[in-house]
Amino acid sequence: MAQKKVSRTIGEINRKIKSGKVVVVTAEEMTEIVKKKGARKAAREVDVVTTGTFAPMCSSGAFINFGHTKPTIKASKVWLNGVPAYAGVAAVDIYIGATEPAEDDPLNRVHPGQFKYGGGHVIHDLVAGEKVELKATAYGTDCYPNKDVTKKLTLDDLPYAVLLNPRNAYQNYNCAINLSNRTIYTYMGVLKPGMGNANYSTSGQLSPLLNDPYYLTMGLGTRIFLGGAQGYIIGPGTQHNPNARRGRNGVPVSPAGTLMVKGDLKEMDPRWVVGVSILGYGCSLALGLGVPIPILNEEMARFTGVSDEEIFTQIVDYGNDYPTGDVKSLGRVSYAELKSGTIRVNGQKVQSVPLSSYVRALEIANILKGWIENGKFLLTEPVELLPTARSRRKKS
Amino acid sequence: MYSKILSLRFPSDIVNEPIVVNLVKKFDLTFNILKATIYPRKEGFMVLELRGHRKDYQRGLRYLKSLGIKVESIGQDIKRDEELCFQCGACTAVCPTGALYIKRPEMEVIFDRESCSACELCVIVCPARAMEVRFDRTLLA
Repeated sequence: MAQKKVSRTIGEINRKIKSGKVVVVTAEEMTEIVKKKGARKAAREVDVVTTGTFAPMCSSGAFINFGHTKPTIKASKVWLNGVPAYAGVAAVDIYIGATEPAEDDPLNRVHPGQFKYGGGHVIHDLVAGEKVELKATAYGTDCYPNKDVTKKLTLDDLPYAVLLNPRNAYQNYNCAINLSNRTIYTYMGVLKPGMGNANYSTSGQLSPLLNDPYYLTMGLGTRIFLGGAQGYIIGPGTQHNPNARRGRNGVPVSPAGTLMVKGDLKEMDPRWVVGVSILGYGCSLALGLGVPIPILNEEMARFTGVSDEEIFTQIVDYGNDYPTGDVKSLGRVSYAELKSGTIRVNGQKVQSVPLSSYVRALEIANILKGWIENGKFLLTEPVELLPTARSRRKKS
Repeated sequence: MYSKILSLRFPSDIVNEPIVVNLVKKFDLTFNILKATIYPRKEGFMVLELRGHRKDYQRGLRYLKSLGIKVESIGQDIKRDEELCFQCGACTAVCPTGALYIKRPEMEVIFDRESCSACELCVIVCPARAMEVRFDRTLLA
């Protein structure tokens, strides 16, 4: 029974969205469908697979224009709620980075520092509609004589506020353990000595880039769920490394691809844009991000059908190895094992601890699914795909 | 240095005995009485902050219990702000009693207040600062 190969375009999918006939499933549901029916049948039935992730994503921040003041100012130093923002752009343009701590934060002087308030919290407060105090100083020019401005403002008062994140949604990440003999405080959480715990931070089978391992559907212009609103992928993120080692299913086994994304802060929801304090490490922003993956062919059905059992990551020692810049893999572990709560490292049972919220990731995949089903969200054709792996380029 | 806020309920037969002073004399502990009352049925109630080395503290506690005093830890009541908690699981790495655990396969982070020893480790480890220490002030009223 020879059957035609499945092939559909984004235009065709969008027509189905508009006519209300589109079939959308979450990546979790797709895993079951592919397991039961095989990739070919799944490809025939499913048009779009939705993914999601919710975790601290440090390389995030917002471009803000705070509006011209009277008299005018060319701000050279700016603080939002006491958190320094970068002001080395035009007169009243700034960039507030997620990891910037408040200027009077004691940092790690009393270790481990608590980092109670930083750029991520400012962004959250803005999205939540809170009043934020802006303070700007300047040296004064003929056209911008003002040297000092302090005012309270809300997101509504800002002429322009866009979340623009240089690196989000890491495709896979290390599983962190601590082989040293003291407790350490890292961006991967608190790690107890002697392999007291193993922390990991991806949503596994729900994670956007783990469902499209070679970035065959994602690139500049891909519309996504970002912070509760519709945003866009605008290119590869910093440290995007498509040539990381991969398993036979094409899925990287260490940190690999990343996304640069943007979205209108004014449309976002504080539930999906949350300032976080990482003990002994610093401030950051936990962000909700979901990417719809069009099932253009059987291969995309196979990729999106990937399960936690088939996604592996490397175990890395953050006690001694990581700080020296000498990362070596101490073994591979699957996300199914990590999600079980216990893994084995060198024969020792170790408690595994997630830093990425699977509950919220699933919620995002379901919200995105609803948007597409209800015709509120159309897929976009990327203008340029993310750079893919050398091995893949040779194939095609 | 170890410190806890306790509620003590004294049975009526020992309510006139000098007891708290022995925590200082015998166990090298210091205390701060936040409230002390004798009820009409002659039962005593006291809210006490007890400080000292952990071992002394535990010996002192055993002494109080041996006299028939009902001791409960009430001071550091930990609560979770369900709005702030985004269900990551970072807290489960440090919770010594397993009061914070992950329900599988849903991966929901559960807080079982019954098993919480109020050690407060989760309070500063929680990235969203969703765990808060609450003092039940009604006990002092």
